[in-house]
Amino acid sequence: MTQKMAVDYDTMIPNNVGLSSDRRVLKALERWHPGYIKWWGNLGPVGFQESKVYLRTAVSVDSKGWAKFDYVKMPEYRWGILLAPQVEGRTIACGEHYGEPAWQEVPGEYRSMLRRLIVIQGDTEPASVEQQRFLGKTAPSQYDMRNLFQVNVEEGRHLWAMVYLLQKYFGSDGREEANEMLRRQSGSAETPRMLGAFNEETPDWLSFFMFTYFTDRDGKMQLEALAQSGFDPLSRSCRFMLTEEAHHMFVGETGVGRTIQRTCEAMNEAGISDPYDVEKVRALGVIDLPTIQKKLNLHYTLSLDLFGSEVSTNAANAFNAGIKGRYQEIKIDDDHQLNNATYAASQFIDGKITSMDVPALTAINMRLRDDYSKDALGGVKRWNQIISKANIEFELKLPHSGFHRKIGVFDHAPITPDGRVVTWDEWEKSRDEWLPSKADGDFIQSLMKPEWEPGKYANWIAPPRVGIDNKPGDFEYVQLHMA
Amino acid sequence: MAEPLKQHLIDPEYCIRCYTCEETCPLEAITHNDDNVVIDASLCNLCMDCILPCPTGSIDNWRVVAKPYSLEDQFGWMELPDQEDLKSAGEQNGAPVEALDDAVAALLKESHKGSGPVAVPSSASKPTINLRNLANPLEAQIQGNFRLTSADADSDVRHIIINLGDATFPVLEGQSVGIVPPGTDEYGKPHLPRLYSVSSPRDGERPNVNNLSLTVKREEFGLCSNYLCDLKKGDKINLTGPFGASFLMPDDPQAKLLMICTGTGSAPFRAFTMRRQRVLPNVERALKLFFGARTSDSLPYFGPLKKIPDSFLEKHFAFSRIEGKKKSYVQDELRLASDAIGNALKDPQTYIYICGMKAMEEGVESALNEIALNANLDWQLLRNKMREDGRYHVETY
Repeated sequence: MTQKMAVDYDTMIPNNVGLSSDRRVLKALERWHPGYIKWWGNLGPVGFQESKVYLRTAVSVDSKGWAKFDYVKMPEYRWGILLAPQVEGRTIACGEHYGEPAWQEVPGEYRSMLRRLIVIQGDTEPASVEQQRFLGKTAPSQYDMRNLFQVNVEEGRHLWAMVYLLQKYFGSDGREEANEMLRRQSGSAETPRMLGAFNEETPDWLSFFMFTYFTDRDGKMQLEALAQSGFDPLSRSCRFMLTEEAHHMFVGETGVGRTIQRTCEAMNEAGISDPYDVEKVRALGVIDLPTIQKKLNLHYTLSLDLFGSEVSTNAANAFNAGIKGRYQEIKIDDDHQLNNATYAASQFIDGKITSMDVPALTAINMRLRDDYSKDALGGVKRWNQIISKANIEFELKLPHSGFHRKIGVFDHAPITPDGRVVTWDEWEKSRDEWLPSKADGDFIQSLMKPEWEPGKYANWIAPPRVGIDNKPGDFEYVQLHMA
Repeated sequence: MAEPLKQHLIDPEYCIRCYTCEETCPLEAITHNDDNVVIDASLCNLCMDCILPCPTGSIDNWRVVAKPYSLEDQFGWMELPDQEDLKSAGEQNGAPVEALDDAVAALLKESHKGSGPVAVPSSASKPTINLRNLANPLEAQIQGNFRLTSADADSDVRHIIINLGDATFPVLEGQSVGIVPPGTDEYGKPHLPRLYSVSSPRDGERPNVNNLSLTVKREEFGLCSNYLCDLKKGDKINLTGPFGASFLMPDDPQAKLLMICTGTGSAPFRAFTMRRQRVLPNVERALKLFFGARTSDSLPYFGPLKKIPDSFLEKHFAFSRIEGKKKSYVQDELRLASDAIGNALKDPQTYIYICGMKAMEEGVESALNEIALNANLDWQLLRNKMREDGRYHVETY
């Protein structure tokens, strides 16, 4: 029997997990709720809490109508707890319990491991809202502003999803962890967010697009891996989160694409064919392609770090325990236990980049990272297509996985974007050719002027091809409320 | 020669390869390689399950083809091919496909005849059609059945609210649903569906309630209308549809609507008006309604309509049976407002909708012709232009 898909809007917290008959968890969440709202008010989007935003809200989790569009003030957004439908007879997808029925309760032996995975995933969600809180003020259009806020409220909902699991299945330490989520703060010196990439402010819109393309894609891969979990409530949470995550990928891929498109258009209008004539291109008020490549280099490599060490016993344990699988685990044709399998893991030994076959079980992180890189390549191909359609000779590339790394075998190795090992002196000397310099950042910042009139777009970015929810070009996505 | 086929395709330029559609498809008709996500035409049954979850809108693409594109074709695309020139597709080519089953398509074609070769308003939301058909109708429940006309009026017009439960049945304002009366005809076959235009906006009678309403007049000996008008709260009913892909309202906030109707032809205009009240409540002087009935007692929604301020919806009522008063029809009211209508005709943002009894068409047509003439406009030319722009729509029965 499939369980009822409709979402219960009777309780303060919309949900499809039967909260109204689960008084203990409902109470715990209702106690957590005011703190969350306070957090949203203090650290959520600055300056637009009173504006009405045309947002998508999930009203059911089945394929049709899982989202409705309407104007809503962000603090009044119906954050809720939505799990994908339970699959009858689902079994554990990997590890030593492969084939056994999926767990509906937390297995005691894996309790702390599971809690840690959920806490790490949960911590990234509010972190990105905090990182992006000032961006609304420089939105290049109403359309983009609306997309930013949609991403923000959904990250908020993803926090709810993880907090529900903590409150429901982890007793008093779960409650404690749920409170910690609101105590840590992106960029704080005393109580920073758990992962490095989530402690930097997102300073401008190109960074935001790169972040949603590259860093949210790490989120997607992690969610994909957790969706394979033998702990069924986690799997179901993550499966529904993935449907929302897709919108974030969309914002990133099309945001970078529209930036590139506008640059190419402006170059052609001005008769500039050399993409490296940075000064001339910048004089047009658009972002030159070499700078876009540098931003790509930065965000891609920061995101690679989020996958952790290539060879990791933690990851092996989680896989073996059946609580975190590989990307699309159930579609992989092998024993799902990796008893004798090997995997080629990167090595950096004596200043040389090589690879070595290691037990596949230990290389789970590396494999997920490889799947990520392949996934990330898709958008880069589309971006290059925009450039070649405009007859400009330039190609964006993903840098070598050893470039600009802080974690794993390439940690602080002097490797260039095309994978050459150089001396640190040489590396430092060329740094500004590969990564955004302060001057690059200042230039991008200088373009960040708000354009809030419906249907208008800042000069540095092209309009989208279709509106959200098929709305016309000059649709008022945000009814601004300026106190 | 094989019949042309409507093929569902994904725009590779805009798809971000999130595979949400692939996960959603109940028939596993969607697959991907490293570059593109593609749909197998031999498996896809146009169930539309994949449409709403797509974050980009790239999933919502269609081509009428003589021979469907293969998976290999689609894997290799960098962009969608243009619609091929299908001379053999005849009338279907270029015109909006309003329904996939022939009986319903024929009904709609007849009722939209007055529209001429019509285009869809460019900013209209994309309609879903044929989600449910006779083989797979949606069982819904009557939520309420209210008489709109006063007890002593000579006509019995009903406002019927239908609860859609958990089902997904996205209906846009101006679309119709099919109702199959129970029982069989004289040859023992099930009755053909009757079409009723919905009178509620897309998000329900109240925002975000999964229901819809119909406006139904009891016809003497009318099989379906009597069936509907007698339904009680809690009764089950079978729906097909939604149908219709041209008589739709523009989403463009600049658009101005000139709505002309008689009797239950007011149903789509109630939906249009409520939609505008919900999404563009502050846009004034954009809606005009010309509404004809015998008396105010027999005019559906007379009470609620009067409460809407004229600044939001300018109302002109024409009554043909008021004792001691001259008979007035919608065309007479149009003529009385000649100057304003003339200006509206000149405005490229004006959309005209005519809905009601077939008999009203001629009178309205001649009034518009006359008003155009007075405004130094050539009505034939203007009407053709408006049709091309998707700004002139007729639905009569």
